[in-house]
Amino acid sequence: MSSDKHDIDEILAEMHSQLLSYLKKSNISEPLIIGIQTGGLWIAEKMRSSLNIGSPVGELNIAFYRDDFSRIGLHPRVTPSSLPFEIEDRHIILVDDVLHTGRTIRAAMNEIFDYGRPASITLAVLIDRSGRELPIQADVVGKRLALKTDEHVKLLGPEPLALEFK
Amino acid sequence: MTSNNIQLDNNGRLKHFLTTEGLNKNLLLNILDHAESFAGVGDRAVKKVPLLRGKTIVNLFFEPSTRTRTTFELAAKRLSADVLNINIAQSATSKGESLQDTLRTLEAMHCDMFVVRHGSSGAAHFMAKHVSPRIRIINAGDGNHAHPTQAMLDMFTIRHHKKDFSRLKVAIVGDIMHSRVARSEIHALTTLGVNEVRVIAPLTLLPARVETLGVHVFHELEAGLEDVDVVIMLRLQRERMRSALLPSEQEYFHNYGLTEKRLQVAKDDAIVMHPGPINRGVEIDTHVADGERSVILQQVSHGIAVRMAVMAMSMGSLVDKQEEKT
Repeated sequence: MSSDKHDIDEILAEMHSQLLSYLKKSNISEPLIIGIQTGGLWIAEKMRSSLNIGSPVGELNIAFYRDDFSRIGLHPRVTPSSLPFEIEDRHIILVDDVLHTGRTIRAAMNEIFDYGRPASITLAVLIDRSGRELPIQADVVGKRLALKTDEHVKLLGPEPLALEFK
Repeated sequence: MTSNNIQLDNNGRLKHFLTTEGLNKNLLLNILDHAESFAGVGDRAVKKVPLLRGKTIVNLFFEPSTRTRTTFELAAKRLSADVLNINIAQSATSKGESLQDTLRTLEAMHCDMFVVRHGSSGAAHFMAKHVSPRIRIINAGDGNHAHPTQAMLDMFTIRHHKKDFSRLKVAIVGDIMHSRVARSEIHALTTLGVNEVRVIAPLTLLPARVETLGVHVFHELEAGLEDVDVVIMLRLQRERMRSALLPSEQEYFHNYGLTEKRLQVAKDDAIVMHPGPINRGVEIDTHVADGERSVILQQVSHGIAVRMAVMAMSMGSLVDKQEEKT
């Protein structure tokens, strides 16, 4: 089953308003936005336009930072990471589609630090689902879902964005 | 098992990288694509990714080399591997045996990958055949046989400038006979489906029946360079003069040296490549080597990305559970 487009827009609106108040509360101005490929990138683009952020979205491909290389080898070809800005001392909004085990976010933060030392990182996700394996939590969550281990949610896109449940 | 698929694991992934011969187009493109992803690492504040953390890579050089060894070393370090450089002066006696002994010794040190440069053709194959299944071999040049990472970094450079292989005319100029680079390039270029591969050389520097590799043979530089998109110059080794294959350096330059004037018959946007080190005034004129069509220095930096790709791919194939049991 797939949710209709309407749901996604609602979730995005929720993310937007949470993100606004979070940035305000934390006194963050002129943040940079980085999306994790591929779904996180689509959401990051939405957030960038709704927040009117001038810089382009940074793209992170964490394939070289995954913790399962010694188990499954090199991932098939993915577009390289591209952060078209200096991140040193900047506030970063890190965006992903689904927060699950937390391993992707750990890998993403490791990679970000190889580009420089940001002033802060705010984690914003479309879906926060159960199943965390690391002490990582999102600051901004579009929607929380309690799913069993064998249940999966995936973001389809980029046009239109839709959630797929399995 | 044939000598070619010793390079692949049970899932068709790159295991050892010994030659470009017999690898399919997809795999070669895969190497280039991965290299593309790795290329950006060199531009970052921290020029390292943690992919091969905790692995030990041995540069095993039985023949002197500076640029190949250095770029392999940099590539390994950018993948966070530990690197050991071992230079072994080649002993003439019973190479087979001594090579095997060297292997056993290094295996006992729990190394994970050997990057091998050897004066004898087939040395890397020999090692791949005899090494324990946990260890990966990368050929960094064996005799006159193959130099696959050099060929792939040249393919990377060509694709970087020309995007599509299928319409290209590529000329390889110089000592084809003794060149492992030329052989590996010819296999890679034909597999990647370029329109035409030409070899340009005097008769004495061409291997017998070179046409069977799918190339067109030219003995005259101007004729061979006409309308080409890519010119790959090969280094002329001075020993060739002594062995009487060539009369003199001056005469070689007169007939086969690449000058701006001769380059005029090539396409306007033709690029000039050379695996280095270059002999200025022997195979290539200084103005061409430093000229705007020369991509010789880019080749060097691309070499790091390509070697990272090959090392990561080959080490990544280590994880086949089935294979580990054997």
